[in-house]
Amino acid sequence: MKNYIYILFLVSASTINAQDSSKKEKTTFKVLGNCEMCKMRIEKAALSLKGVKYAKWSVLESQLSLIYNPSRVEILEIHNSIANSGHDTSDIEAPTDIYNELPICCLYVRDKKNNAPLK
Amino acid sequence: MNTIYYILICLFCINTLKSQDAIKGKVVFKENRETLALEGANIYWLGTSQGTTSDEFGDFIINSSKKSESLIISYLGFYSDTLKIISNKKFVHFLKEDLSTNLDEVYLFERKKSAKLSFTKTQNTILVDASELLKAACCNLSESFETNPSIDVSFSDALTGTKQINMLGLKSPYILISEENIPMVRGASQAYGLTFTPGTWVESIQISKGAGSVVNGFESIAGQINTELKKPFTDNPFFLNLFGSKNGRLELNTHFNKKITEKWSTGLFIHLNQRNQKIDKNIDGFLDVPLANQVNILNRFQYIDAVKGLVVFYNVRFLNDKKQTGQVSFNPDIDKNSSILWGSEIDTKRFDMALKVGYVFPEYPYKSFGLQTAYSKHDQKAYYGLRNYDIFHESFYGNILFNSILNNTNNKFKSGLNFSLDNYVENIDSQDFSRTDKNLGAFFEWSHDDLEILSWTAGLRVDFNNNIGNFVTPRLHLRYALNATTIIRLSSGSGRKAANIFAENQSIFGSNRKIYIEKENNPFYGLLPEKAWNYGVSISKSIQLLNKNSNLIFDFYNTQFSNQVVVDFEEEGRVLFYNLNGDSSAKSLQLTFDIDLTPQLQFISAFKNDIVSIDYKSGKKQKQLMPRNKFFANLSWNSIKNLKNQQWLFDFTVHHLGSQRLVKNSSILNMTQSPSYSILNMQLTKILSNSSDIYIGVENFGNYTQKNPIISNELPFNANFDSSQVWAPIFGRMIYVGLRYKI
Repeated sequence: MKNYIYILFLVSASTINAQDSSKKEKTTFKVLGNCEMCKMRIEKAALSLKGVKYAKWSVLESQLSLIYNPSRVEILEIHNSIANSGHDTSDIEAPTDIYNELPICCLYVRDKKNNAPLK
Repeated sequence: MNTIYYILICLFCINTLKSQDAIKGKVVFKENRETLALEGANIYWLGTSQGTTSDEFGDFIINSSKKSESLIISYLGFYSDTLKIISNKKFVHFLKEDLSTNLDEVYLFERKKSAKLSFTKTQNTILVDASELLKAACCNLSESFETNPSIDVSFSDALTGTKQINMLGLKSPYILISEENIPMVRGASQAYGLTFTPGTWVESIQISKGAGSVVNGFESIAGQINTELKKPFTDNPFFLNLFGSKNGRLELNTHFNKKITEKWSTGLFIHLNQRNQKIDKNIDGFLDVPLANQVNILNRFQYIDAVKGLVVFYNVRFLNDKKQTGQVSFNPDIDKNSSILWGSEIDTKRFDMALKVGYVFPEYPYKSFGLQTAYSKHDQKAYYGLRNYDIFHESFYGNILFNSILNNTNNKFKSGLNFSLDNYVENIDSQDFSRTDKNLGAFFEWSHDDLEILSWTAGLRVDFNNNIGNFVTPRLHLRYALNATTIIRLSSGSGRKAANIFAENQSIFGSNRKIYIEKENNPFYGLLPEKAWNYGVSISKSIQLLNKNSNLIFDFYNTQFSNQVVVDFEEEGRVLFYNLNGDSSAKSLQLTFDIDLTPQLQFISAFKNDIVSIDYKSGKKQKQLMPRNKFFANLSWNSIKNLKNQQWLFDFTVHHLGSQRLVKNSSILNMTQSPSYSILNMQLTKILSNSSDIYIGVENFGNYTQKNPIISNELPFNANFDSSQVWAPIFGRMIYVGLRYKI
């Protein structure tokens, strides 16, 4: 019986640990891209930063949904990281030389109008 | 690997007299069996900015252009094509996948083949969808693997004709068979449980080779087969399937699904089958196929609240299955347990209930909670000649599961507890083998995925079992993308199992072999629990062969038993059960090759080599009735759907089974190996419309049968009588017809 209790404790401990929600913030913003390859690149760029918990980019809507911890990462850093991977965000434009290096299918149409911040 | 995709673009301009300037069309792509609408394809006039995209049904309307008559249709990952629009006549056009530029993304398109190796999953998993199950006369789950090379279907005995499945050279008890992730075919239902899930109920099947996930328990040794049933929310409101075969089997399947409220749906699934024709084609005095009668009813409720992130399933199921077999003139009312005529009746009543609750935290889409509970009562009463065998198995299963992330969504974990209680009341004649198994397990599984090259799943569980003791089960799966077309997978892990020796080997009752158990002071019939390690490697590569898409898969798995309950038929007139003393392993090699010869014609072939060697008391031998070499090939063709949605489908399957080792028996003294043979199956389906189709098929076209499947059939009360040593079909060519109708 002791063992059972120990295991219960172990499991609940890991659960509590995971629920340690030290101020998580949710946001969405526009990121330009075309395809599933772009999706992988954009999400990878966002998740490569510490403090970014969740990143999902929608191919159809070109919207990135984020959950991050603002005390560990600033939103601008996330924009920067994505822009440096070659994708224009609502705040930061990707450097042209990086954009040009993208595979042909990923060369999305750069539209200044789309770059206007949302809302 | 979805490397094989062609796009079929049908454009038909509708000849409307009044608006000739609007061109309507449909963009579709062809995939295996289905023509699916392609949403989001770009359609525009060359050199203009005038364009449109196809909608969710693939339809589009574009006004004709004065500047251009060249219409461009493009979709990511495919060659763009330019079509000259010169008339309103409809035309069909193929657009081919562009592999040169976009290899990386090809697999990311979720185009489905009806059975395919998952490209992105960490585990070596084959996904089989419902359309694959339409390729053969799969009346129930045990027959649904006939067109799949990873799983072998073999006959377990000459009496009941029950098909048993093997994976990696191991019998189904070593496979964790679950239904919607709740362990299902286990304990008392081990022998016939697969025949209790009608094929039409199945939505999809996932076959995972090698040590499974720790989440579902410690029992999977060779792998895991999970079945998803049709969901009331998504299944058709009404479905009807009728089936009849020349061996006297009649089946009826019907589904009714209804939305009760916005969030609640219910489905009623009814299956009836019957065989009341006595058939003895090989004139051995015994029925070739049993008389059978099954009533199987499932009622399920599904609740979905997408906003709150709540999903609930509640299932209730009732089954009554009756089989009668034995000598043709056996009449159970008069001859039951008589020593003049040999006969058998197996009567199973089963009740199942399951409740599942899933909750996704709306704020955190990566965080979810799941609860599964299931109760089942399995009551089988049977007699085989003079032997009576009854088993009653009551089972309770509970599982609490929590999913979340470590750091970020590249690292996910699952953690939770399962509890199971199994109560067995088992009697052979007056001998009592009752027992109770109680198990509490805790698991933790960590999945890492860098979204590109490397992913792995590491799992660990700790179990406390009243009969096995306390133990740890580690499992590891790793996937590495060597390049865009080559995937390497590795897996290893351990598994344990309590052998329900009689339920798993019920075919022994169809013999007069005396049963001997080498009892020691151990929990399961005096025998130890089984334990094994499984190691595997799988390499899959997509290649371009003669400009056609094809895949090559190499699999090798080794299962090494540290303890096994050996079932020893080596001596005539007896069957021995004892703990393994020495070495037992199953080494399974599989080479699979598939190619899309044309967009309508697919070919898949596989070669398998299974070395299953066990140290019997009489020495190391290949397991009896386990062919070393097997060959499988399947050719499937379909016509292009016409405008009325009519289509022809044709499937042709060959199974070649190499020689199998036979155990000693005095009636065939000089025969130690069975001959090798081939079985041909084919099926032709005509889809009449979106709502109905008819099919006709032949199993065992070459009419290959084993001449004398029952040893000592003349003297069924003689000590040598044995119907459990079957190496080939008993029933010859079998023709069947069926129809499906849905609203």
